[in-house]
Amino acid sequence: MKSNKGNLLEVRDLRTYFETEDGTVKAVDGISFVLQRGETLGIVGESGSGKSVTNLSIIRLIPNPPGKIVSGEVIFNGQDIQLLPESEVRKIRGRRIAMIFQDPMTSLNPFMKISRQLTEITQLHLGYSNEKAREHAIKMLDTVGIPDAPARVDSYPHEFSGGMRQRVMIAMALSCEPELLIADEPTTALDVTIQAQILELIKKLKHETGTSVILITHDLGVVAGMTDHLLVMYAGKVFEQAPTRELFARPGNPYTRGLLRSVPDPTAEQSELYQIPGLPPDLARLPAGCPFAERCERAEEICRRQFPPFVQLTPDHSSLCHFAGDVYQQSAHEGRP
Amino acid sequence: MEEDKQTTHSRTQAEPAYTPLGTPSTTPVGLREGDIIHTSPELAVGEADVRFAERGEIVSGSSLGRDAWRRLLKNRLAVFGMIVVILVTLASILGPFIIHKATGYTPDYIPTEVGLLKSFPPFTSPNGAFSWKHPMGTDNQGRDLLARVLQGGQISLMVGIISTLVSLIIGVSYGAVAGYLGGRVDNVLMRLVDVLYSLPYVIIVIVLLSMFRSQTARGQLVLLFVALGSVSWLTMARIVRGQVLSLKNQEFVLAARATGVSTPRIIFRHLVPNTLGPVIVYATLTIPTVMLTEAFLSFLGFGVQPPLASWGSLASDGIQNIAIFPWQLIFPGITMALTLFSLNFLGDGLRDALDPQMRKF
Repeated sequence: MKSNKGNLLEVRDLRTYFETEDGTVKAVDGISFVLQRGETLGIVGESGSGKSVTNLSIIRLIPNPPGKIVSGEVIFNGQDIQLLPESEVRKIRGRRIAMIFQDPMTSLNPFMKISRQLTEITQLHLGYSNEKAREHAIKMLDTVGIPDAPARVDSYPHEFSGGMRQRVMIAMALSCEPELLIADEPTTALDVTIQAQILELIKKLKHETGTSVILITHDLGVVAGMTDHLLVMYAGKVFEQAPTRELFARPGNPYTRGLLRSVPDPTAEQSELYQIPGLPPDLARLPAGCPFAERCERAEEICRRQFPPFVQLTPDHSSLCHFAGDVYQQSAHEGRP
Repeated sequence: MEEDKQTTHSRTQAEPAYTPLGTPSTTPVGLREGDIIHTSPELAVGEADVRFAERGEIVSGSSLGRDAWRRLLKNRLAVFGMIVVILVTLASILGPFIIHKATGYTPDYIPTEVGLLKSFPPFTSPNGAFSWKHPMGTDNQGRDLLARVLQGGQISLMVGIISTLVSLIIGVSYGAVAGYLGGRVDNVLMRLVDVLYSLPYVIIVIVLLSMFRSQTARGQLVLLFVALGSVSWLTMARIVRGQVLSLKNQEFVLAARATGVSTPRIIFRHLVPNTLGPVIVYATLTIPTVMLTEAFLSFLGFGVQPPLASWGSLASDGIQNIAIFPWQLIFPGITMALTLFSLNFLGDGLRDALDPQMRKF
């Protein structure tokens, strides 16, 4: 068993820019966070807030060109991944950091049998023989709850349903017992009942293997029961960072409050759903002040003029807002918004 | 004038230009008998899964290949083409041996008796009586035409297949690498293809063949393979590049990269198999094209050299005596036309079977 203490992953001031015809798109602009061993970190935010780019940057899968990691350090197990040669990074991918993607329909190769896709990774990283890899593949399929794994291992992806394919993806990701599992919206393309099963599965496997997890999602319901820490992203920046419980109870940022209010409450009588007005800003033409100012209820003159500070509210709760303290107090006063 | 109007009127009555809404007079365009309409195969798989997965039963989905094979068998022209191609291939391979065993004639056997050194019509013996000896007659030197046509078939099919293989190997790797790496590499590689494309390929082949003209007939043949193969990969490269461009942004490629698979492996293990449908189709359609080019070159005297024969060189010999000995042109001509038609039917059928959405209506 690996030690349960210490930092597994430390991201410092990561900046990933994309050069486009419209100018430089700052998809990720100065992200920092720490992930401890055995911990689950949730990253939430709207579409286009830089969640996925952050994680692709961690294992250096940003398409270049047009993308480029401009600056920052990604320290994994004491090693800066950004400084490693490509061949070394390839040894980390899949072996020590594994990923699960959003759409299980397209993330399996339609022309390869499940067995081939599952054995490829263990043969590549662990040097398994054909028989051993196959045995392992069947064991993994069994672990993720695919019935009759020995018979189904030779199926093609199109013979599986969406939920099954996502299980296969999870089996693939966990084949080499990675230290970090990055799940990029693993349940977005699935229906609600399957969603719950998949989340339950990730939780169970995480518990059994002690893997750290980064869970990217735009669904606050998903992160609530899954994560220890939360990172709220907006316009390529971290807007708020706190332990999950604390963030839900006392958000210190107007944007987080907006997100929380946007979750429909089935018991509420009100017929109209809340939504944050406006659209996320164009990342190629960010305003000088707070990127959320245009949509913010409490925006004042200073918000449009000056970029907000990253205010530390408690030792592990920070918020990017001029009025972080006020918002925090207000949330604490109101209880759940 | 009056009569004119009358006929127009009666015609419209007999064949209405359009039918009222909701009463299609014929089957919808594009649907042929036996076509399977997939409303949404994705859904079908999912449903079966939900119903049977609980009981641990295996849903045996039909594989892509089996599906395609079934569709191919429903296409009569394609089946006809396939049968003819198989027959011609078998006849070309086995025919000359059988003829040699049966009559003692080989494709390049020239009789020693002076009386036999001329062209006899089909089914005729030297004394003018009926004979089974030369079903297609003989050529100017008294060689058995059937044996020569079959041996020509060997050469023609070989040229077609080997040149297509060459184009397949070069074209697929070239296109896949260009498409996957993209950017500047892609630009350089594909501009080179554009340049080669703009050159008239028949002239290139003729130049290649006459520059490296080989002394032996076999040598010339090898040169022909190389020359034809080296110009026919261009379209293949473009097709594969296009396929790879659309495939490389799919999530399974990202997933493969995220599991640490190396770039060459992604290109050749993950991407190339996915392009196989269009590649197979284009390859089957390349075979007849290359064969036709070979016939054309041999007809002009650049291709296959005697004593070897190909359909093109046989036709070239035959056309000189077309007025007196028409069978010398007719038999190789018919065989070639039939084979090329069949290959094209087969290729079209394969395209329809492997890629139903691409079907031309």
